[in-house]
Amino acid sequence: MVHQYVLNGFHIVVDTCSGAVHVVDEVAYDIIALFENDTEEDITRKILSKYAGRPDVTEAEVRQCVADVRALKESGRLFTEDRFAPIAGTLKERSGDVVKALCLHVAHTCNLNCSYCFASQGKYHGERALMSFEVGKQALDFLIASSGERHNLEVDFFGGEPLMNFGVVKQLVAYAREREKECGKHFRFTLTTNGMLIDDDVIDFANRECDNVVLSLDGRKEIHDALRVDYAGRGSYDTVVPKFQRLVEKRGGKRYYMRGTFTHLNPDFTKDLFHMADLGFTELSMEPVVCAPGDPAALTPEDIEIVKEQYEILAAWMLRRKKEGRPITFYHYMLDLKNGPCVYKRLSGCGSGTEYMAVTPWGDLYPCHQFVGEEKYRMGNVWEGVTNTALREEFRACNVYAREECRECWARLYCSGGCAANALHATGSIRGVYRAGCELFKKRIECAIMMQAAEQLGEENETADR
Amino acid sequence: MERIKTLETRSLCEKKGGCGECQTSCQSACKTSCGVANQKCENSDRK
Repeated sequence: MVHQYVLNGFHIVVDTCSGAVHVVDEVAYDIIALFENDTEEDITRKILSKYAGRPDVTEAEVRQCVADVRALKESGRLFTEDRFAPIAGTLKERSGDVVKALCLHVAHTCNLNCSYCFASQGKYHGERALMSFEVGKQALDFLIASSGERHNLEVDFFGGEPLMNFGVVKQLVAYAREREKECGKHFRFTLTTNGMLIDDDVIDFANRECDNVVLSLDGRKEIHDALRVDYAGRGSYDTVVPKFQRLVEKRGGKRYYMRGTFTHLNPDFTKDLFHMADLGFTELSMEPVVCAPGDPAALTPEDIEIVKEQYEILAAWMLRRKKEGRPITFYHYMLDLKNGPCVYKRLSGCGSGTEYMAVTPWGDLYPCHQFVGEEKYRMGNVWEGVTNTALREEFRACNVYAREECRECWARLYCSGGCAANALHATGSIRGVYRAGCELFKKRIECAIMMQAAEQLGEENETADR
Repeated sequence: MERIKTLETRSLCEKKGGCGECQTSCQSACKTSCGVANQKCENSDRK
């Protein structure tokens, strides 16, 4: 299967099953579109007819291009057959019951009252609570004991607002550092925070211990303050921005993401990313809101079309910035075609409910942070481990080929089936397909591949076929 | 004339990898709309 599209002047052909990407001119683009269904004679006739006024499109040229396409097919870089479907279901079985990543909900409470919060102001539709050190310690022990041969273990301090339980976060990191030496493991910590409680102590800790820090900022002050408010309704922008700037500066400008959420209020979210850049932030992530369709913040079908255009604007802006020596990283455009994930990773997906789980303040296990609070998705707890083994098997069997609609999608090995929680909320099944999410994902990947084309081929080629 | 330029990519047909040491997709930044394409490979030796 191939996917063809034109973006930013580039004619791009993606060979889904080999991962090969070809940048072609319009003649080759048309030949590839005809190749699987027409004979060489028919292709030659159709192309010569279409480009009759073009002196560079001769019969010999067209036949040469057809031969080139055939050679690419024979060398496994075009129209590559899908050989993954039969093995997709067995890959997760290979890793047994290994758990390698936990999202620790150290605080089911928050000092902000953002109406769009999927975690319902940190409470996840339940009681406010803080995780005790004992529960957190047991979670780390559970992770180490369940991690098999895996060396790298990931722990995300999440909430609610995790800094509302900062003392326990520090204790847990100290405990993990103690255990990792004796167990031959390496812990990677991520802190996700709204910034309200950042001070020098937090900054020193985060910059010493955390491989990644995720900082919540929605962009422009009026956008951020419309939804990210405290319990008195006051916007948090003026409080958090200077704190984020100080943290990032002391961190050396790396290993963090400024992470925003865009909603119906700002489908033109590139303005918010531009604003973040103006504030001095270069590592950016901006995500579509996750909420019920009737929510005032929910993206409408009209918004989705605007957002798709915004992704193109963003890609072009990033290419310009890079050329100017002022590069920006956007999380979803971090595509490394040469050293990206192996095919096993691409077939296995995000790992929710198998190698990745969320832990509540009470020590209950859920498939991921987005399932917390939904009782039927409780998998077990950190003392007894996974007791709902049927649920784990359901998640284990949930791969991109388990979704009928994904089997024929060109982007299936880039997205790996997407987010199980989004699928559940949109369709009632973790094997469903969240269509709006798919549309946005495909647009992001098209943009990311185009940017790779621009970077690999250089400026000269960037304008060659436009 | 050269009408097709092929970018340098990692072939998905090579059945190497699967060490499981790479980051879990949702741990990095998105938390709500994960994919796998933007994840780094930890196994540079490609064993």
